[in-house]
Amino acid sequence: MLLFRTHKIFGWFRMSRYFERLLTASLLATALAAPAFAAPAVARDTLTLGMVLEPPFLDPTAGAAAAIREVTYQNIYEGLTRIDAKGDVKPGLAESWTISADGLTYTFKLHSGVSFHDGTKFDCSIVKFSYERALAPDSVNAQKGLFEPIASIACPDPTTAVITLKRPVGTFLFGMGWGDAVMVAPNSIATEKTIPVGTGPFRFKRWVKGDRVEMERNPDYWGAKPKLAAVTMRFVSDPSAATAAILAGDIDAFPQFAAPEALDAIKANPKFVVDIGSTAGKTILSLNNDRAPFTDVRVRRALAYAIDRTALVEALSNYGKPIGSHYVPSDAGYVDFTGAYPYDPARAKALLAEAGVKPGTEMTLKLPPPAYARRGGEVIAAMLEQVGLKVKLVPMEFAQWLDQVFKQSDFDMTIIAHTEARDLDIYARDKYYFNYHSPEYRALFAQYQQATDPAKQVELLGALQRKLSEDEPNVFLFALAKIGVWNAKVKGLWDNSPIPANDLSGVYWAD
Amino acid sequence: MNGFLAKRLVALVLTLLAASLVVFLVLEVLPGDPASLILGTSAREDTLAALRHQMGLDRPVWLRYLSWVYGLVKGDFGTSYTYNVPVAELIGERVVVSLPLAIMAILLSTLIAIPTGVMAAARRGKAADTTLMGASQLGMALPNFWLGILLILLFSVTLHWLPAGGFAGWDAGVGRALATLLLPALALALPQAAILARVTRSAVLETLGQDYVRTALAKGLTGTVALWRHALPNALIPVVTIIGLQFSFLLAGTVIIENVFTLPGLGRLVFQAIEQRDLIVVEDLVVLLAGSVIVVNFAVDMLYAVLDPRVRLDGAT
Repeated sequence: MLLFRTHKIFGWFRMSRYFERLLTASLLATALAAPAFAAPAVARDTLTLGMVLEPPFLDPTAGAAAAIREVTYQNIYEGLTRIDAKGDVKPGLAESWTISADGLTYTFKLHSGVSFHDGTKFDCSIVKFSYERALAPDSVNAQKGLFEPIASIACPDPTTAVITLKRPVGTFLFGMGWGDAVMVAPNSIATEKTIPVGTGPFRFKRWVKGDRVEMERNPDYWGAKPKLAAVTMRFVSDPSAATAAILAGDIDAFPQFAAPEALDAIKANPKFVVDIGSTAGKTILSLNNDRAPFTDVRVRRALAYAIDRTALVEALSNYGKPIGSHYVPSDAGYVDFTGAYPYDPARAKALLAEAGVKPGTEMTLKLPPPAYARRGGEVIAAMLEQVGLKVKLVPMEFAQWLDQVFKQSDFDMTIIAHTEARDLDIYARDKYYFNYHSPEYRALFAQYQQATDPAKQVELLGALQRKLSEDEPNVFLFALAKIGVWNAKVKGLWDNSPIPANDLSGVYWAD
Repeated sequence: MNGFLAKRLVALVLTLLAASLVVFLVLEVLPGDPASLILGTSAREDTLAALRHQMGLDRPVWLRYLSWVYGLVKGDFGTSYTYNVPVAELIGERVVVSLPLAIMAILLSTLIAIPTGVMAAARRGKAADTTLMGASQLGMALPNFWLGILLILLFSVTLHWLPAGGFAGWDAGVGRALATLLLPALALALPQAAILARVTRSAVLETLGQDYVRTALAKGLTGTVALWRHALPNALIPVVTIIGLQFSFLLAGTVIIENVFTLPGLGRLVFQAIEQRDLIVVEDLVVLLAGSVIVVNFAVDMLYAVLDPRVRLDGAT
């Protein structure tokens, strides 16, 4: 009997996509036929937000999960600077700053009268504590590299923080706006992972693990008070459950909606808004540059010619935007290189022949769980077969992928979205899983890091993107879209997601 | 009886030891590093090493196994790698969802199945039998998650009677908490009831042919009384066996239904823990579930003795 039941479960995984489509269609049909709900009499000031993944814990300075930031960033925790909806650096807990001419000394003027949710005062000693903690030998900060250039942190007075760097870093202020660089207080640090205490507009209330996180308005907030009195973030990983929850009105907004097949029908319903925005996610076909035949730039370019990015995005129906380098169109300094390798199978074949890659050559494509990789892998394999290559698809769990592909570089090709914002530095590293070793790129990147003049920075950004497009260490596919679905009366949610965040400080109900 | 208990206890300990060793070794060879799952793709080598040290993953394998088992013996389940809270607390939070859900489902399933099975047996070959068994065939063929979504569609999206998912929590009141468990319990119960009804029907049919039922009828009892008082009680042993198996399954085999209804139950905890390589949580849960299956089986054996006085538990006949 038990065996029989187990089989049923495994069968579900095979059937689920078909069923989901069918069910979503019927769900939608019913919902559209059902009468509109009665409008509430009073203006609503609570919001239930849906998220696909639950964070493992709630301290963004101790783990990389995007879900941690999607709950806490700018809601519970704040940093010296913050990143806004456009991806620009704005003042956060530091109201202003000056940078010395050599680009080495940053003097931050801190807001006064700011306190943490537990009453602890925020001043320069907190800045010193937070950054030194991230830099310590036992630090478990997922982005320790952001802090590594810091030479010293000094507190001439409580509202001034002077940070001296070992070398100029053009992106320092941007980095200090990340979730990894938020301010945390020494007395709450031991329990930060389960009871987050920050300075933000919302206070943590409780976390029902596996289900939801609740927070409430911080009445003592130093900045503009949030309009929402209470927020619940619910975790719904099943796409049809998410569709049902939004249609039933149980969840007011899904900033990242996981059931693209339901979108057309939701769009047709005026009660809901479907909002397509951008993210920092660069989806790429990563190639192992240390392994033949990918050592040959002609082979890498051939693959770029062989893949029809527009058709790929259409097949995935995920609203992604094609890219031609490791940079997304929504980020400042973007240069369009999508025309560098137009879809041209004949040219791809010629290049492969020139490089001595025989038709029928076999290569493996390792696929982590997300749909862009699993479904995308099938589409790309078919496209590569058109130019004579034999592609073996190897689906794997994310933990396996991290171990085999990312850590051990044991792969030919893989599909992955690099979701960290403006991460051109990964191509300048000594050791990184795709093994791109280019002294020219490194020299350019060093120049970019040291440039303090904005015009020079933009110029070098363009040069870096061009270099990657020419060398094509990986085949750049598309920028991941942010597909948001929410009640049409909910206003103020971010359209784009330049960094992982659900900043709710400006969200309200229009009635 | 004492010999029986002692045997059962030894079996329990040995099974748990075997389960602990197997799950530990399987997770040991499974690729994936919990530290790099937490710290992601930008983490530096020294940061990963610091976290592995914090988690105790830098100790040798045998030492980790022994200290885990030693902890279990002392009643200490350890600390979750991902959630960073004691595993006992984590499991406790989930059991208060999974256990009531399993009990509700098994009650619903039994309440539906036994009358259905008995009725079908009593009207063997007639229209009622054909209809009921046809319905049960359908119930068996229906995957429970599909049924779950149909229920959501009807009761939540269209009628707005019940929420489309989530668990209200016991602190929101027993009534509200039970209301959120009702649809998932029903979705779990119906396919189970279909199986149980068929088992009941065939067991009752078998007893109906026995001499004592004929005797009961001969001494003047009506068919209904003979059926309920003589045939059904004697048919209960296979029925109770199936209920026991179904209950064990319901404790943690409900991951799909938990996903459809976004319930924070044990099934989802196991699933998430495996994905996140939260090894200690997986290990604890496997041992705990192995233990609970043994306990349920034991309870079923005890019930045999209650149901049938001829069954003696010391193994001698």
